[in-house]
Amino acid sequence: MSFFENIAKIMTKYWQVFLLQGVGYTLLLSAITVSCGAVLGMLLYLGRSARFKPLNWLVVAVVEVIRGTPMLLQLYFFYFLVPKILPFPVTEFGAVAVGLVINSACYVSEIFRSGIQAVDRGQTEAARSLGLNGRQTMLRIILPQAIKNILPALGNEFIMVVKDTSLASTFFVGELMTSYLKVKGNTYLTMECLTIVGVIYFVLTFLLSKLLGAFERRLKAHD
Amino acid sequence: MTENLIETVDLHKSFDVLGRGRLHVLKGVTEHIAKGEVVSVIGPSGGGKSTFLRCLNLLEVPEQGKIIFEGVEITGEKVDINLHRQKMGMVFQHFNVFPHLSVMKNITLAPVLLGKKSPTEADEQARALLNRVGLLEKAEEHPGRLSGGQKQRLAIVRALAMEPDVMLFDEPTSALDPEMVGEVLEVIKSLVGEGMTSVIVTHEMGFAREVSDRILFMDGGVIAESGKPEELLNHPQNPRTQDFLSKVLY
Repeated sequence: MSFFENIAKIMTKYWQVFLLQGVGYTLLLSAITVSCGAVLGMLLYLGRSARFKPLNWLVVAVVEVIRGTPMLLQLYFFYFLVPKILPFPVTEFGAVAVGLVINSACYVSEIFRSGIQAVDRGQTEAARSLGLNGRQTMLRIILPQAIKNILPALGNEFIMVVKDTSLASTFFVGELMTSYLKVKGNTYLTMECLTIVGVIYFVLTFLLSKLLGAFERRLKAHD
Repeated sequence: MTENLIETVDLHKSFDVLGRGRLHVLKGVTEHIAKGEVVSVIGPSGGGKSTFLRCLNLLEVPEQGKIIFEGVEITGEKVDINLHRQKMGMVFQHFNVFPHLSVMKNITLAPVLLGKKSPTEADEQARALLNRVGLLEKAEEHPGRLSGGQKQRLAIVRALAMEPDVMLFDEPTSALDPEMVGEVLEVIKSLVGEGMTSVIVTHEMGFAREVSDRILFMDGGVIAESGKPEELLNHPQNPRTQDFLSKVLY
């Protein structure tokens, strides 16, 4: 039973590293990624559907490249690139966050696109036949319906992001996986530390998905 | 009945159809619809009926040809089609009511948003329209709770709320359960009775005979025959019309 005893010992000594620092930074990084990613993703979607064709191609190219390359590679890329191109000093946390945001934004832009495309074409036709212009149709008819497709997918993206932030530990930015690296370095109890961090990740994503599920049910109840 | 409300000149339209190449759907349609006239369009599927109707308010943009509506060439450049569409009500096969809005909002959205009516005026008008089609008690419901026939009646009054000069009906009863066809046709009939200019794409031959001033038979992308209901339905001249009518039970 020394495995569980070890876990108990580790938690008594290092609970702050896991639960305060680790969970705190993981949630902070996830929240930044999801909120900025949603805004940037919306902008990418607008760029993709803009009338100016070269902008469409640029956005499509960026999205395809981001979706077609490993995230860890992208994090390395932005980790080195961001401090070089910004005129002011950036923390490692900031540089990694930029990478995560850009990655998430590309997926989110696809969520917006599929959510909007899933609204029946007849809705647009009906609105246009009444004399609404494209903008009015989008704002009054399409988006309010698309949001019901988009929100659940955004929730899933949030859960994915929570797990994806673990890659940021490569740069030792303080989130949960970094806590694992630190405590393992001190205790040499690899399996125990992995188990602790794994349980915390699972509890986080499980709670999050329950929360989002309740939120979705409330949305549906409004129909 | 002499003033032309809509005139089309040599309309051509083709679509890319997956795996079948380019499909030429309209092959030169020239027609005019007079003010107050009720015109039904019949013919086999794929003959271009719906495409013709959808061209009239430019939901489909023809590649060639002109459409003149109330003296304005709406296919011309620099035409604000949104303004002209306000004068052309359209009713769709699949209703296309707005599911996220209440029945009332479905009707008042466009007149208020487009500055045609104040919210109070629009409200009053919507209630009067709902009352007329027997849906007043559904005013605050969402369309999800309506039957197909009720949805279509809502779609009709939604279009009427813009006080259009012409109504375009695209197979308004084709997606309905049989027992609901009657209630929708009644509404259309009463509209037509008030002198509303209407173009009706339909498979309901009996209805077309009853309400139309004129019937167009479309096949192969052209208007193959046009005439008064009794003439066209009882004594079709064109062999294609004869063939089509012989296969249709009504």
